[in-house]
Amino acid sequence: MALSVDVPTALVVMALVTFATRIGGFLVMIWIPLSARVQRFLEALSGSVLVALVLPMAIHGDLAGQLALLVAATTMLATRNSVAAIAAAMIAVVALRALG
Amino acid sequence: MEAGGTVFTGRGVRRGMVKMLAFALFVVPFGMAFGVAAVEGGMEVWAAIVMSATNFAGASQFAVLELWSSEVPLIPLILITFAVNARHLLMGAALAHWIRPIGWPKTVLTATVTTDPNFAMITAERMKGERDAGLLLGAGLTLWTAWAIGTLVGVGVGNGIGDPRAIGIDVLLPAFFIALLIGLWRGRQSAAPWLVAGLVAVLANLAIPGHWHIILGALAGGLVGAFSRGA
Repeated sequence: MALSVDVPTALVVMALVTFATRIGGFLVMIWIPLSARVQRFLEALSGSVLVALVLPMAIHGDLAGQLALLVAATTMLATRNSVAAIAAAMIAVVALRALG
Repeated sequence: MEAGGTVFTGRGVRRGMVKMLAFALFVVPFGMAFGVAAVEGGMEVWAAIVMSATNFAGASQFAVLELWSSEVPLIPLILITFAVNARHLLMGAALAHWIRPIGWPKTVLTATVTTDPNFAMITAERMKGERDAGLLLGAGLTLWTAWAIGTLVGVGVGNGIGDPRAIGIDVLLPAFFIALLIGLWRGRQSAAPWLVAGLVAVLANLAIPGHWHIILGALAGGLVGAFSRGA
């Protein structure tokens, strides 16, 4: 139940799990033919993962953080430059929090 | 995307390294945030550095801080790491056929440093006809270096930063994801999967502790995509 490990073991275990996720997708797909359906699944997946990550993050953020994400989206739409979008969002959130 | 045309060149690796430099500038503060958070959470400096070097997976590293102490519970450690990093499986699956011609040793090396930013970059470049998988490795090496440098500085600075929120580090990751999504948007083809992914993720996030909402939302969106008529 309360199976615990020391720090060096935990680091090794975590690294192995992460590595398995990195290499696993490449391994599995070799044995599965890539049908049109699987392809559509994968195409929808890459965006869906990001939506599933970002939406709860945005909802749990404070108002300044949420407005900053709007700034990020607007900047990205205007410039198509992700670095500019991130920079704008960080500047916006710092400014908004400074203003209270 | 048809397989067979993919190559792997040193020139591609160097191009990838350069291509990620600007973005890597933003990874450094994120690595610093992890370094600071780890040390403040009681993790030994060496352990934080080893974790960054061997995992190179920020979200999971932040996630396991909650259960980290001198004795780490094994099953939650495995499940949380897997849940947060399972998206790598999907990236690998998406790239597997494209990367097959370069062979296993290079694939394993490349996979080890494949993460959200360089996956997104190579996905966009492939749409423009890129055929050099070296680009993915090079970009990953730059990101890994930035993540390692950031962690080193972060554990060194320790409490010096004070509140990482004061410099807006907490919006870095979601802002990046939003920028990626805008780049990935394909009109109505994206709308239904993304809407379902978002709904499922938000609901699951309320109902289930941990990071399973990411997996569930992603799978739900993927299934909607798989079973809708292609545009």
